[in-house]
Amino acid sequence: MSCHSAVAEPIEEITPPPPTGTVRMRTVALIGPPNCGKSTLFNRLTGLRQKVANYPGVTVEHHSGRMKSIGRNDLTLIDLPGIYSLATYSEDARVAVEVLTGKMRGVPKPDCVLLVLDATHLNRQLMLAAPVFSIGLPTLVLLNMSDQLDARGGKIDTLALARELGHPVALISAAQGKGLESIPEFLLRAGSRPDDGLRPVQLPVLQSAASCRSWATQVTSRTKYQSPAVSLWTRRLDSVLLHPVFGPLFFLAVVVAVFQVVFSLGQPLSDGMGVLLTHAGAKAAILLPDNWLRALLQDGLWNGVQSVLVFLPQILLLFLFIGVLEDSGYLARAALIADRLMRSIGLNGKAFIPLLSAYACAVPAIMATRTIENKRERIATILVAPFMTCSARLPIYTLIIAAFIPNQKFLGGIIGLRAIVMLGLYVLGFLAALITAKMLNSSVMKAVQAPFILELPQYRWPTLTSLGMRLYDRGMLFLKKAGTVILGVTFLVWVMSVLPIHGGQFSDLSTSVIGHLGHWIEPVLRPLGFNWKIGIGLLSSIVAREVIVGTLGTLYGIDPATHALGLQAALRHDITLGGAIALVVFFAFAMQCTSTLIVVRRETNSWKLPAMQFFYMTGVAYVAALVTNQVIMRLF
Amino acid sequence: MNVLALSDAKVGSAGVVERIDLPDEVSHYLAHLGFLPGTSVEILRRAPAGDPRVYRIDGVEVGLRNETAKYIFLRLTSEVGEAA
Repeated sequence: MSCHSAVAEPIEEITPPPPTGTVRMRTVALIGPPNCGKSTLFNRLTGLRQKVANYPGVTVEHHSGRMKSIGRNDLTLIDLPGIYSLATYSEDARVAVEVLTGKMRGVPKPDCVLLVLDATHLNRQLMLAAPVFSIGLPTLVLLNMSDQLDARGGKIDTLALARELGHPVALISAAQGKGLESIPEFLLRAGSRPDDGLRPVQLPVLQSAASCRSWATQVTSRTKYQSPAVSLWTRRLDSVLLHPVFGPLFFLAVVVAVFQVVFSLGQPLSDGMGVLLTHAGAKAAILLPDNWLRALLQDGLWNGVQSVLVFLPQILLLFLFIGVLEDSGYLARAALIADRLMRSIGLNGKAFIPLLSAYACAVPAIMATRTIENKRERIATILVAPFMTCSARLPIYTLIIAAFIPNQKFLGGIIGLRAIVMLGLYVLGFLAALITAKMLNSSVMKAVQAPFILELPQYRWPTLTSLGMRLYDRGMLFLKKAGTVILGVTFLVWVMSVLPIHGGQFSDLSTSVIGHLGHWIEPVLRPLGFNWKIGIGLLSSIVAREVIVGTLGTLYGIDPATHALGLQAALRHDITLGGAIALVVFFAFAMQCTSTLIVVRRETNSWKLPAMQFFYMTGVAYVAALVTNQVIMRLF
Repeated sequence: MNVLALSDAKVGSAGVVERIDLPDEVSHYLAHLGFLPGTSVEILRRAPAGDPRVYRIDGVEVGLRNETAKYIFLRLTSEVGEAA
């Protein structure tokens, strides 16, 4: 039977009769094509904060939350990765389909479905409706982005569409929170007796793409759907942002601007915060008796934690930029621009988005590789992602740069030397990723080229609430890390720096446990220009990169020679320029992150890859730092 | 008549998809983005490096490498001289 005849003579299909009486509803699944706004809706309904952005493939896992915001604490909503059909080629789509059909272990089978479709491309989005309806669960069709539809003159007759589909339909805007009252109404009905007179459904028998497609076209034409006009803004912006000359220039300008702002605006803020925190610490310390407790709290913990805390403004500025790029829809364009380069090193263009998000953090980036269908390319991307400069490197980078690089300006003050050095470190990480990828491609990972197919979303204004929430979440995450991991390591470092106790007296720093440990590893690090304190910092930063700043803050705070100096001054006093630059170069390459190792282990199901990654990256870091120090030592 | 590979169509021209000669896995994905016989497609622009190019199919803009687009064939409906 051909696809077309299947649609031309649809068979009448009656969905199973609803069970009588009240059904006990527990689980609701949120499904839809990629980038149609499922996670935005999920956040609206649950009050949670799943990551949302304007590009396909943001959600790669299933997330659950209680539907608190609409007063249905008894219901669990599951947010799923976007899918085009129930046939699955990538890992993220497999997760979605397994949860939806109740085959995912540990996740209850959904009792009903919220099918989210982008109202601005209904012809195409409806293709998913047929296979979802045929699962046989009560389904509410939510046509999202009604604001965009209205603004660009599109029209949908929801009643006609509901009759045609045999399922209730509502027009909503998840971003603006409009039309959402239809959801609790539907849930009430689905939980009692689903009798909305919409039972008989005509679905394509053969659910191939072609038959689903012509079914969708028939439905939209019968219900007089008017697709909205092309967004003129998107057209105009793209003719500039994808221009052969201006496009790449704009891309470069954006990157440079980010670093310039991190220094010119972020540094004074961070310095101000440092003064404030030190002052507050000193004020509070007076209240404490002058004994070991004050030493622990002020010299140990407070010094360590506050030296990391001061980087909060810079981290937030970085995430503000990332947020604007992601929410506006520019990221997909950047992927398009970069595809040529990515291809020349043997990576799929789809690897660009995970790699770009690795600039925030490698952990979500490695998760985001789930959208890459080709297994080898996915592993190659996982291997190179931690070379991208994540935000956890920012504290040590800005600390060293502010301490050692003069604040020189070029081009009439537009760009400073510090921003250039910072950019250089980012480029260094990127080059390491490129070279590693190239090596993998030419030897172990000879990959069959998977096609590059990228949907370009319409540009959208990033909303202030969305940006504000991102910054708030990021800020809280950073503070939480400072209050847990960094506080914990700092405490350990302090304890080890006063032990053993001789006759009721603390040890001196250099004769303490940590002093001994430091001096023991120092010979290996000497050629790199690092002293034993840096060595301890490096050891502690295997937990997480920011930790080194906390450890150094504590160690230099305890040491009587540098006690009164700020951390920057203490470092200038203690290490050479060569050692300082070698330190940031070390951080550009080294795998100093337990969370990344764990997530790689989880995603690849073996310790082989994370172990390889750890030794390879640390080896590269050691050699690069060694060369850097030796060269600078001879030059200056 | 006038059937050519999508990668050979000039920027600014438009046509109707005639057939797709790609492995199932790829053509399945493309089909869900709208690349199906009978759908009209417009060649919108090139990425700065010339490849991939951006196509407008069915109200959606999709970036495809030429190595993929050369297996998609279309019947031209309007031909325009290569712009820029």
